[in-house]
Amino acid sequence: MTALIELAGISKSFAGISVLRDISFDVCAGEVHALVGENGAGKSTLIKIMGGVHRADTGEIRVNGELMHFASPRASAASGIAVVHQELLLFPDLSVAENIFMGHAPRTGWGALDWPQMRRRARELLDRLQSHHIDVDARVGSLSVANRQRVEIARALSQDARVLIMDEPTASLVEEDVQQLLSIVRLLRDKGVGIVYVSHKLPEIFALADRVTVLRDGARVGTAPIGELDERKLVSMMVGRPIDQLFPKQATKIGAPLLELRDLGFGSVVRDVSLTLHAGEVLGIAGLIGSGRTELALTVFGITPATTGEILVDGKAVRIESPQQARDLGIAYVPEDRGLQGLVRPQSIQENISLTVLKSLATGTLIDHRKEEKLARDSIAKFGIRALGPRQIVRQLSGGNQQKVVLAKWLATEPRILIMDEPTRGIDVGAKSEIHALMSALAARGLGILMISSELPEVLGMSDRVLVMKNGTLVAEFDRAEASAEAVGAAMTLANNASNRSGEAA
Amino acid sequence: MAVAAAIQRRSAASRLVEAYGQELVVLGAIIALFVIVGTVNPRFLSENNLINIFSGNAYIAVAAIGMSLVIISGNIDVSVGSLIGVLATIAGTLAVQGYPIWVAWTVPVLVGMAINACVGALIAYFRIPSIVVTLGMLSILKGGLISITAGTWITGMPPEFFIAQARFFGIPAPVYFMVVLTVVMALWMRYAGLGRAIYAVGGNAEAARASGLYPERICVAAFAMHGFFAGIAALLFATQLQVIQSTVPPNLELTVITASVIGGVSILGGTGTVIGSTLAAILFACISSALVFLNVSAYWLRAVLGLLILATVLADMARRRRHRVAGRV
Repeated sequence: MTALIELAGISKSFAGISVLRDISFDVCAGEVHALVGENGAGKSTLIKIMGGVHRADTGEIRVNGELMHFASPRASAASGIAVVHQELLLFPDLSVAENIFMGHAPRTGWGALDWPQMRRRARELLDRLQSHHIDVDARVGSLSVANRQRVEIARALSQDARVLIMDEPTASLVEEDVQQLLSIVRLLRDKGVGIVYVSHKLPEIFALADRVTVLRDGARVGTAPIGELDERKLVSMMVGRPIDQLFPKQATKIGAPLLELRDLGFGSVVRDVSLTLHAGEVLGIAGLIGSGRTELALTVFGITPATTGEILVDGKAVRIESPQQARDLGIAYVPEDRGLQGLVRPQSIQENISLTVLKSLATGTLIDHRKEEKLARDSIAKFGIRALGPRQIVRQLSGGNQQKVVLAKWLATEPRILIMDEPTRGIDVGAKSEIHALMSALAARGLGILMISSELPEVLGMSDRVLVMKNGTLVAEFDRAEASAEAVGAAMTLANNASNRSGEAA
Repeated sequence: MAVAAAIQRRSAASRLVEAYGQELVVLGAIIALFVIVGTVNPRFLSENNLINIFSGNAYIAVAAIGMSLVIISGNIDVSVGSLIGVLATIAGTLAVQGYPIWVAWTVPVLVGMAINACVGALIAYFRIPSIVVTLGMLSILKGGLISITAGTWITGMPPEFFIAQARFFGIPAPVYFMVVLTVVMALWMRYAGLGRAIYAVGGNAEAARASGLYPERICVAAFAMHGFFAGIAALLFATQLQVIQSTVPPNLELTVITASVIGGVSILGGTGTVIGSTLAAILFACISSALVFLNVSAYWLRAVLGLLILATVLADMARRRRHRVAGRV
């Protein structure tokens, strides 16, 4: 079997942070090669390099044995590589046929769009995917997610793709559609297309893949035929990083309950969540992206107020309908996305930190700049923020230092309950362990910390208890002692291995 | 230690440039223009011309203060020219009809605040983009004004109405308005909680909301204040000549927006100062006057302003890129 596409020694770093190191990867005709790894392992970057979005710093890409340098996604598509993105890149207001042929539509001799041919070929492509029910004239925006995905696959085929890269294709599909998608993938494989299949869902991988490559922290852990693996082994390859490089949480006295959630829900994305957070405790919430963890945080913090259930702070039922109310109850939220909800990037460190406490810094309506600057200087010292001074613009700081500013800003409110969503995403190892040390120190002072993290080592290293969330609800709970990478990883990924949740603590 | 001291020194000087870079550039341009044009044609520096430049255009600078607030808050207002026309007409009409002068002076300001508070509320609570709301407002105000006045000029105001023609210590009143309002607002934006909140909402409304601010109220407040400055601008405009034309200078809103942008207010919101916008308004007035003294057709003014906008944006991007590389620690 010759490889359709072959990558050798691929490395890539962004802004000095290494994302991929010396990756080798190949796909043969008529095979499904699964690419798995934790969030942030480097899968997306590898896909983007194959798709011509990013260029590798070092290493070679060969297509049919020929050395290639993809300057753009177009160049990659021209050599027969097509990517079906997780967030489908379609034009909702255009028709199915137009979407399939966007950018390479058949033309008449006059250079105008050849509509009859475009519609006919669109029909053929959809029929090849056994999607006879999709009308080529339908507006794509009116289609279901599953059908839109078929349009995207047809689009890939329309460019004579020989390699099809599918990035978490089933992430937003319901079970029935998943089965149909799997049969389409098998159909394409049998026609000789090489398929790179990225997914978190292990059952799919065992149902579909011929070979599996595992990435971890930007390095390749291994490649193996599916027959040599079982689920346990695959999970341990994905998550089994030594935890000693992280700063483990110091043992502290666990105090009284601070925050209790009882059957809390928000629409259909958060359902029946009950948990208790105690003083001095770090409660880790593990789960895949899209499992409802961030939505839970937003609900507790009042950004998307709860639609069902109750919230108790210090044993008293409270209503939280806005971030202001949450703040006044002593809750702070360090958001998942620093840029989106954490920082006002054009402003200085000083102005960002004071944003949550403007009222207490002001005499009348005027801000006391001396107090504000003192707060900023204290924070810079306390959190070890590396900056030129309190007036430096936040945008200019590195990711780790920006994250410390977000932390400083929220700790300025002197919260008792701290919700941290992906507290160390996208920051380097050094800053990571500093933030972990800080979390330990805060817990030791009696704060309750609710930590959402996609990185299992972080969850296992920092948490006193680990809750696992899936499909909007809690599916498992582990004590620190019994939380192993395998057990938590399995609860996150395996299909309905239902409740091994050991007794609700509330 | 020596290195640290050097960094400290460098940052003291560069901090000024970084914080007020655009303002310094505009100020430099004004000074250069005075030196160059004054050398070529000394009459450019005559008292009469200076009064023309500063006093005749003060209302643009005042309107640009409010516009800067709106743009910093992450919005835009393309209707301010028509609003100034309407408010000036209200002032003149009240004065002609014999209402006390203080009524003729205060009513337009209050009306301006009320109208723009409504505009701000539409934007904030119904989540309609500001460009859409203010485009609508532009048509309503302009159409309404022309229909009601039928394009006639208002004359016959009592002499004490003409506040813009008053002088104190030889300096025309509009100059005092421009300077005092700019200084007060510059300090307010820097020291008041609401001023800070306007920057935060314009820089990142979601982060501001998560921090416990109320972006909707802040948007309404920014627009209401903008209405206040439009009201003052309308008074200065209405009282500088003996007649009030129901057609304000065409493209006034563009001139006002341009002043804000060239003064360093980011069109994306979140950064800029009112000092910059006032300096930029003065710069326009200088350029427009200089063209006359250099015997260049006044029609070139628009083209020159356009070039200025592009040059400013390019310079701004270049500066940001340099700082992004140098400032990362």
